[in-house]
Amino acid sequence: MPVPEIVESFTGQVNRITLGATKEQGGSRSSTITIGGAKNVVYGGSVDDASERPVIAIDVIDTAPEDWPEPLFEPYKDVAASPTDWAKKAVDEFGADLICIKFDGIHPDKADKDAAHAVKVTDDVLKAVGVPLVLWGSGNDEKDNQVMPKVSEAAKGENCLIGTVTEDNYKSLTAIALADNHHLITHAPLDINIAKQVNILVSDMGFPLEKIVTFQATGALGYGIEYAYSIQERQRLAALGGDKMMSMPMICDVGYESWRVKEAKLADAPGWGPVEDRGPMWEATTAICLLQAGADIIRMRHPKAVAVVKNFIDKLWS
Amino acid sequence: MALTGLEIFKLLPKTNCKKCGMPTCLAFAMQLAQKRAKLEDCPDVSEDSKQALAAAAAPPMRKVTFGTADNQLSIGQETVLFRHEEKFYSPTVVAVTVSDKLTGQDLKNRIEAINSLQFERVGTQIGAGAIAVINDSTDPAAFASVAEMVKQSSNLALILVSDSPDAIFAAVDKTKDSVPLLAAATADTAETMAKIAKENNCPLVARAESIESLSELTEKIKSQGAEDIVLCLHAESLRDKLYNLTRMRVLSLKKVFRPLGYPTISFIADGDPSQQAAIATSLICKYSGIVVVDTVEPYAFLPMLTARMNIFSDPQKPVQVEPKVYPIGEPDENSPMMFTTNFSLTYYTVESDVEASRIPSYILVVDTEGTSVLTAYSGDKLNEKTVADAMAKHNVESLVKHRRLIIPGYVAVMSGKLEEATNWEIMVGPRECSMLPKYLKEVWK
Repeated sequence: MPVPEIVESFTGQVNRITLGATKEQGGSRSSTITIGGAKNVVYGGSVDDASERPVIAIDVIDTAPEDWPEPLFEPYKDVAASPTDWAKKAVDEFGADLICIKFDGIHPDKADKDAAHAVKVTDDVLKAVGVPLVLWGSGNDEKDNQVMPKVSEAAKGENCLIGTVTEDNYKSLTAIALADNHHLITHAPLDINIAKQVNILVSDMGFPLEKIVTFQATGALGYGIEYAYSIQERQRLAALGGDKMMSMPMICDVGYESWRVKEAKLADAPGWGPVEDRGPMWEATTAICLLQAGADIIRMRHPKAVAVVKNFIDKLWS
Repeated sequence: MALTGLEIFKLLPKTNCKKCGMPTCLAFAMQLAQKRAKLEDCPDVSEDSKQALAAAAAPPMRKVTFGTADNQLSIGQETVLFRHEEKFYSPTVVAVTVSDKLTGQDLKNRIEAINSLQFERVGTQIGAGAIAVINDSTDPAAFASVAEMVKQSSNLALILVSDSPDAIFAAVDKTKDSVPLLAAATADTAETMAKIAKENNCPLVARAESIESLSELTEKIKSQGAEDIVLCLHAESLRDKLYNLTRMRVLSLKKVFRPLGYPTISFIADGDPSQQAAIATSLICKYSGIVVVDTVEPYAFLPMLTARMNIFSDPQKPVQVEPKVYPIGEPDENSPMMFTTNFSLTYYTVESDVEASRIPSYILVVDTEGTSVLTAYSGDKLNEKTVADAMAKHNVESLVKHRRLIIPGYVAVMSGKLEEATNWEIMVGPRECSMLPKYLKEVWK
C-alpha cells in the first residue's frame, strides 16, 4: 500500500524579521539576528518549511536583583551590580544570542529609578556587547510611559526590540518605537483575541505589522504552561492560514516565570533531586515545551538552562 | 474515519426491502452515517459489508495496552494534532532502561532507583511507567533472568528490548502473565516475532528505517494475526525523528492510513540527564506514545513528567484546586487572611506571590468552578454569598482572631456587600497579585 502524499493548504507564513543594526545599517551591532519565517507547523512538512533558528535572549536586570533564589543568583553574583559586566558575561560565557535589558529598577514599588539611570544602562550595555538588544519595561504603565521613550531614543538606530505594549497602554511606546525605528513587542494576558486586538491597535497608529513580535504571556511548567502552549500553536496556525494580524514571531518570558515556582527553587525537597540541577532543568523544560509550540525568541536566565536549550536547538536547527 | 452516507449505501444490499423501517436503503445509509440507526437493523447485510463498516468505524490510531493490574498502560487512540482541537488522550509513557548485563546488587539498585521515580503533583501521582529491559548481553538466558527479576521487583510495566527472537521468546516465557511489550520486530524477524506476540497475547513493536518500510512491516505483522502494534522509526537524528513522527501522526489521523494507525515508541539512548529530559519533553509534546530514557535522576524526571501532565490536560476543563484554606508558611492567629478562586492558574499565581512576600498567610480558595476572579465575578460565581459561605464552611473564624479579609483588587466593588454579609472588615488588595508582597508588608501591617 503506497504511503499517501501530504499536501498542505497553508496560504500564509510567519513574518521573518531582523533585529539589530550594524555600522553599515546605521547602528553599532557587530551582528544581526533573523527570526520567524515558518511556513508550516513545528516539525511539519520538510526542514525547509521550518522557522529560522529560535534564539535565546539572556536577561540583564538594570538594578541588582534582591529576590533571586540562590542557585540562580550564583552565576551572576560577581556581575549583578553592573549591567555591562552582566551583559558581557551573558554573551561571552553563556552564549546569549540577544541581551534583554529588563528595567525592573525603574518600577515605583522597587528601586524607583529615573529615566537618566535607564538611559545610562542602555548606553553602557550597547557599548559593552555587540548583539542586538531587547528593551523591556517594568510593567508599571505610568513609569514605563515616562522612561521607555527615553530608552528608545537612547538606542535609536540600533533596531532593538522594545516593549511591551498592551491593550490599555500602547500609544506612547508605539509612537516612539515608530519614530526611532525599533521593533515592538505586543503583549496580551494569555488571550488570543486580545493579542490580535493589540496588534490591530498599534497597526492603526501606522506601526508596520512586519515589525511586531507578540508576547502572549508565559506560564511556567506546571503553572499554566499549557495555556501559553496552545495559544502559541493557535497563533502559528492563524499565521499559516494567512491572518496578517497574527503572523508575527513570538517571544516568551521563560526565565522570570520558571524561577518563581517552588519546584525550581525549593532547596529542601527530598526526592526531587538537588536544587542546583532542578532549577535550571525546570527553566530548560519550560523553554523546550514552548519551542514545540513555535516560540522564536526565549528570554532565559540560568546558564545551565541556556546550555541545555541551545544544545537542543542545535540538534533541530543547524 | 467515518464513512459518508453514499459510501455506506454501496455496502448495503440495495433491495429497498424496508425491513429496517426506512423507505429505501439510501435513507437507511444516511441514518447510519449520522449514527441514528444501527447496522443490525438490516437483516440482509453481508458479512463482508459488516466487516468493512466496522473497520471504517475503528479509530484511526489503535489503542494498545500492556502491563497488568494497577500498571496497565494504554497508548494510542489519539485523534488530533493539536491539543486545543480536542485533547490528547493517552499520556506518553516514560520508561527507563535496565541492561541485562547488570547483576546482583547493581541490578537491585537500578530497579529500586526506577521504582522510586514517583512524585505527587496537585493531588495526582506521576512517575516512570515502565521498565525497558535491554538485551545488551545478547544472551537469551541472561535476558530472561533479568526480565524475570524486574518483574518480581517492580510493579511497573515491562518492555522487552531485543532484536533476537530467541531472546524475546526466552524472556516472554518468564514474564507473559504481566503482558510485556515486545521490542522489536524488523523486516527480517517479522514472522517469528509476530508469532511469539500472538501466542502470548503481547503487543509488538515494529521497527524500520523509513516510513515506507515501516508501513510494509506493520502490514506483514498484521497478516500474521498480531494487531497490537507499536511503531518505532529508527532515525539518524533527533530532527529526522521529530519530523517523521509528525508526518506519521498526520498520515494516521488525517489520511487514515491504516498501516501507520498505531502509537509510537522512541528510545533516547545518549546525552546527559538534562539533555535526555529535554529530548523526552519534545517527544512527549510531539507524538511519541512511549519514550525510553536511560537517566534515573529525579531532577530530570520531575519536569519531564510535569510537562506530560500539562500537555495531556484537557483544554476544555480548567484545572482546579480544592476549595479550602491553604496555609502559606506557618501562619498564626494574627496572620493575613485573603481569598481567591479555585482556578489553578489564579491560585498558584497568588500562592507564589504570597510565598515571595515571606509573610505567613492564609489563602481561602472559593469554589468558582475553576474560573478566574473577573470571570467568576461576571458569572456571579464569586459574590458576597459564595465568599461568606466558603468562610463559614472552612471555619476561617477559628484560624485567626482578627476579622480583616483581604480581597482581590478586581472585585473591590463587592466590599460593601461582603462587609454586611460577613461582619468582617474588608481590605481591598492589589489588582495584580505580583504587588501582594508590597501590600502585605506595607498595607497589612
